[in-house]
Amino acid sequence: MIEVVNLHKSFGGQRVLNGANLKVSDKELIAIMGESGGGKSVLLRHLIGLVKPDRGKVVVEGEDITRVSRKELDKIREKFGVVFQGGALFDSMTVYENIAFPLREKTRLTKGEVREKVEEALEDVGLGGVEHKFPAEISGGMKKRVALARALITEPKIVLFDEPTTGLDPIILHAIHKLIMDTHKKYGFTGVMISHDIPEIFEVVDRIAFLYKGVIEVVGTPKEIRRSSDPVVRQFIKGSLIGPIEIT
Amino acid sequence: MIERFLRIVGSHAISVLRTMGHMLLFLLNALYFVFTPPFKHRQLLREIRFIGAKSMTVILLMGSFTGMVLALQIFYTLRKVGSEAMLGPAIALSLIRELGPVLSALTITGRAGSALTAEIGIMRITEQIDALSAMALNPVRYLITPKIVAAIIVFPLLTSIFDVIGIYGGYLVGVKLLGLSSGTYFSEMEHFVDMQDIRIGLYKALTFGILVLWVCCYKGFYTGYGAEGVSKSTTNAVVMSSVLILISDYVLGSFFM
Ligand SMILES: Nc1ncnc2c1ncn2[C@@H]1O[C@H](COP(=O)(O)OP(=O)(O)O)[C@@H](O)[C@H]1O
Ligand SMILES: [Mg+2]
Repeated sequence: MIEVVNLHKSFGGQRVLNGANLKVSDKELIAIMGESGGGKSVLLRHLIGLVKPDRGKVVVEGEDITRVSRKELDKIREKFGVVFQGGALFDSMTVYENIAFPLREKTRLTKGEVREKVEEALEDVGLGGVEHKFPAEISGGMKKRVALARALITEPKIVLFDEPTTGLDPIILHAIHKLIMDTHKKYGFTGVMISHDIPEIFEVVDRIAFLYKGVIEVVGTPKEIRRSSDPVVRQFIKGSLIGPIEIT
Repeated sequence: MIERFLRIVGSHAISVLRTMGHMLLFLLNALYFVFTPPFKHRQLLREIRFIGAKSMTVILLMGSFTGMVLALQIFYTLRKVGSEAMLGPAIALSLIRELGPVLSALTITGRAGSALTAEIGIMRITEQIDALSAMALNPVRYLITPKIVAAIIVFPLLTSIFDVIGIYGGYLVGVKLLGLSSGTYFSEMEHFVDMQDIRIGLYKALTFGILVLWVCCYKGFYTGYGAEGVSKSTTNAVVMSSVLILISDYVLGSFFM
């Protein structure tokens, strides 16, 4: 269970989060939506302690991670897998080494066991044959899938996805959604996913939260969101130019 | 008016002090991981290759030409006072005590230092550093410590190579071109170059290595938000490293007179 309570964060006078609240139950898959530059990534980074809030707390499985020591934070981080917005693959390592990295560093598996797991993961994300390429040599869609494989390889209890499908063609988008749903079924992780994929996301997640003006404006199941009369939600679903969200 | 002035100076001084403290903690943090396992051997080898092996060509080039130019200049001066025989020791001492460490350090800064800042800065803005943190791995241990250890190994070695090549460059010009006898060139060197001179040169190389890597790693690690941050950090890192090399060279030089 993850609980975000009254989270405030500014960068040099620019208010990004302004009292955000959110509860994510165990094994739930929740999507966060909101305008670009609205602070979704900043919110996600708070969940794993990469950003210190100005005010408020982030409680992960009963512990307020904004207040723990570095050592304790590392312990909590070991429960997480993260897919960063750009993939954040290590440039100096091949695809294979990238996926194997968490296993090599965090587990005592033998070389053979690591190989077996990585090969299985590569197959799951449909990337057989590129394991010896470097991140600079593969396409954006492939990078996202490698990042996904790397995040899931340690079978984490909580997975954070920062726009895992943005910029991909609809076929790969569906493939990634299916992959997330399948692994979610298989391992039962708690998932927080930033996404813009309307309407596809409705079939993927349990709930959807809208971040607007630094707070979580609306949360609900896909069904509720579809029927919502909230003007922000309506505008988002329709992609309309007219509404509370101003395009600057 | 005066109060306003004092306030500006004071706040500037405080921010400079804060940055210096922050930099010092960064270095101590990196050095701490030199002594606490697990050690990152693979990364260390990679850095030695990058900072060291790949700087070889340019060090060889710089070293030989520095030696040759020195020979021309010093020979010209020495002939005026009629003591050409001192050419060997003069070249050797200038190289070993001064020019070897300084020029090697400046060369490595230009060749590898800027690239290191850019590399680390890009890792920061593409969230690779965050990815390490998110895996509960300390990015300083993985990225910074191996680079600093590599510099401690590489700077004295490259400096020694620079010195030797420089002395042979001087030999080429002094003996083969200007007609000094080869016996004079080398035997006088043995008389005048002490172990102390060599030690000073190596201390300098070591100091410059740590300084350069410290500055370049720090600037990359704490690069500004966004891509223009990286190019600014890279420029800053090179300028600051070069200035620090020259200042610390003077300080060390006066210390070991
Ligand atoms: N480390 C940082 N330093 C300064 N500004 C930041 C930092 N991280 C995010 N921001 C700013 O916060 C705002 C929200 O960013 P972000 O969370 O990335 O938006 P998005 O919702 O598109 O993911 C942006 O205006 C961004 O420029
Ligand atoms: Mg974002």
